[in-house]
Amino acid sequence: MTAKTSKLALFSAALIAAATIVTNISVAKAEEWVPRKPVEFVIMAGPGGGADKMARLMQTVIQKHHISPKPFIPVNKPGGSGAEALIYMKSKTGEDHTVMVTLNSFYTTPLRQPALGIDPLTFTPIARMAEDTFVLWVNKDSGITNMEQYVAAAKKAGRNWSMAGTGRGQEDELLTAFLNTTYGLDMKYVPFKGGGDVAKQLAGNHVNSTVNNPSEAIGFYQSGDLVPIAAFTKTRLAQFPNVPTMTELGKPYSYFMQRSVVGPPEMDEAAYEFYRGVFKKVYDSKEWQDYMKKKSLLGEFITGNDLLDYWKVNYALHKKLLTEIGEIK
Amino acid sequence: MDIIPHLLDGFLVALQPMNLFLVIIGCAVGLFIGAMPGLGSVNGVAILLPVTFIVPPTSAIIFLAAIYYGAMYGGAISSIMLGIPGASTAVATTFDGRPMAVQGRADVALVAAATASFVGGTISVILFTAFAPPLAHVALAFGAEEEFALMMLAFSTFVGLGGDDIPKTIFSILIGLVLSAVGLDIISGAPRLIFGDLPGFYHGINFLVLAIGIYGIGEILWTIESSRGEVEVSQAVVSVHRIFAALKEMGGCIKTMIMGSLVGYFVGLLPAAGATPGSIMAYGFAKTMSRNPDSFGKGNIQGVAAPESANNAASTGSMLPMLTLGIPGSPTTAILLGGMVIWGLEPGPRLFVDQTEFVWGLIASLYVANLFALVLNVAFIPVFIWVLKLPFTILAPVIFVLCVVGGYAPTQDMHDVWLMLLFGVVGYLLRKLDYPMAPMVLAIVLGPLAESSLRQSLLLSRGSMTVFFERPISGPIMGIALLLFLLPVFKAFQRKRAAGKASEGGSHG
Repeated sequence: MTAKTSKLALFSAALIAAATIVTNISVAKAEEWVPRKPVEFVIMAGPGGGADKMARLMQTVIQKHHISPKPFIPVNKPGGSGAEALIYMKSKTGEDHTVMVTLNSFYTTPLRQPALGIDPLTFTPIARMAEDTFVLWVNKDSGITNMEQYVAAAKKAGRNWSMAGTGRGQEDELLTAFLNTTYGLDMKYVPFKGGGDVAKQLAGNHVNSTVNNPSEAIGFYQSGDLVPIAAFTKTRLAQFPNVPTMTELGKPYSYFMQRSVVGPPEMDEAAYEFYRGVFKKVYDSKEWQDYMKKKSLLGEFITGNDLLDYWKVNYALHKKLLTEIGEIK
Repeated sequence: MDIIPHLLDGFLVALQPMNLFLVIIGCAVGLFIGAMPGLGSVNGVAILLPVTFIVPPTSAIIFLAAIYYGAMYGGAISSIMLGIPGASTAVATTFDGRPMAVQGRADVALVAAATASFVGGTISVILFTAFAPPLAHVALAFGAEEEFALMMLAFSTFVGLGGDDIPKTIFSILIGLVLSAVGLDIISGAPRLIFGDLPGFYHGINFLVLAIGIYGIGEILWTIESSRGEVEVSQAVVSVHRIFAALKEMGGCIKTMIMGSLVGYFVGLLPAAGATPGSIMAYGFAKTMSRNPDSFGKGNIQGVAAPESANNAASTGSMLPMLTLGIPGSPTTAILLGGMVIWGLEPGPRLFVDQTEFVWGLIASLYVANLFALVLNVAFIPVFIWVLKLPFTILAPVIFVLCVVGGYAPTQDMHDVWLMLLFGVVGYLLRKLDYPMAPMVLAIVLGPLAESSLRQSLLLSRGSMTVFFERPISGPIMGIALLLFLLPVFKAFQRKRAAGKASEGGSHG
């Protein structure tokens, strides 16, 4: 009898063990989703811009530290201020081998072109890698060194004062609109192709000012050609300790550009976990941390619902800003 | 000046065994990438960028620069052999390179391309070595107004390009301009000419799609028509003797090559222009300056020498704003720039002062890369010629596949492949009706640059057109452009008068 019971006990123990192993395997499978083919890494901007450089840095870090078993292949889809990339990502709904590097046109392009039928809040929030900052710049030949002089000069020139920026209805134009309304200016906004081109226009004295990201103007700052006037941040940037923020100047205003990674809508949960892990590792890498320091990038790593909340706030903010400048009704 | 010791130090860096090895490998890889339609130097450099973190930054940029260089040489190969531009920078090389190959002078065309590339590369590196910092300021002085004036100059050289039929040339340019307007308006951001709402048109029409369609698919259709299905084997031959004879023939191209190098170099310096407009402009100038402009497009060796010297010179030129200003002069240098950031180097005005080993190592390696690219290219000519000996029944499907790959690769969108096939058929029909195709290709390349610079200038000047004539640099350029626009009109007028006199004389006699 005892022998029989013990046999039975043994058998059932074995059965349970087997079952656990089986479930363990399936759990492990769900946890350790890995890409089966190279991951398409869509860049919502053209080659050479800020987003492109960042994407290629991330790709290099992923490859160097063997963070992913399959490589990430960057693909530029700059068309239509990101419209092309957004449409493409939407078409990948529910698929797991495409992620995208995005910026603030993630909000502005769908808002300005409702016909695209894109709701950015449906995309999968993988990671916010950084927030890029904005600084007001002038050429050293203008002799302007502070905001007071800037406003005086711009007022005097009226409509002849020019601001160069990238794209229409995007970051740079929103900041120009802010300066115009806050200081009662009438400067005109001229769009150029990319941040580098904008910096060059100012260095060559073809325009009067820019609101470049520090990463785009840093070379000319180091050579002394461009002079920073004010930072659109909450606290002073470590790289420009003598440049006041707009808050210090009595006009509390800050504006940032997200540098985020998103997945298509309805991405598989396990794949989502995988990508979150990948980009957390990229964020923590020495390369990325150095890059953030050098380019005056701010911001913690956020993901999941925190990122979604961040999007909701910024989506509403951009809706308001675009309505104010008359880009949307 | 301390240029010579710096350069010698640079050679010490470039000639280190590992760097030398990377230059040779880079040139070979670049040659292949350039020769493959659709795989231009942009893709090549982008694909291989992550590989470079295993070597020091100086070696990494030497390797990538060698690829960039090699691709400029390689682009000519498929342009000449197959009539498909291997890279965007080699589009102008098909204009005369392909007719030369059809006439059995493929080896001469290849030698011409390699020699011209070498001359262009060398002249531009010498200019680079001697005048890098001052030239950076030339690039800065070029604003939107100057850029527009330069584009007008480019267009003016092409009005005469389609031969005597000026209305057909203008029609061809206009079609190209309309095609270049498809996509997103850069100033207002509104979509234009997207046929309702076809997403494929949002990124505009990549001009390689047009060029590959017209030249690649068009070529297949032409050959099918002319051979009427008979299997033809090209009479291509190659020998050391013929290569030397070809080199001798290049002696007559010295002026063209120097002109092409200078044009390419200065256009390359300008941010955002790059080697493609440079090579097309050099072709236009070569034709305008030629005593026998009608022979262009029919296999004139000068028509190969000009764009090939220009595209290599431009690739060196575009490195200058990258290194000194941190602004890419071409899409490829944009990626190199990203690379420098990854390696921890800060491009900009301080680079020449802070990173002498890197900068001069790169410059010296360009001399070395030029030499090896030339040697490799000439050494492989018999292999390329062998391709031509394949019967058309084998070659045609290969060309077709390469065309499809080349149309798909730049945007990775099937939409562009269908568009390319459509352009191939329409281009073939237009060619049958004697419409020149080169001006159309020119217009789709230069159109977007001309449009944005025109509109930016007018925004800045608040709508005043005189701004183009008032500024010290754009004024003279615009003046020359206007003269060149009117030149064919004068010529036609003169010819009519001459013809009138001749017929009068005839009736009297």
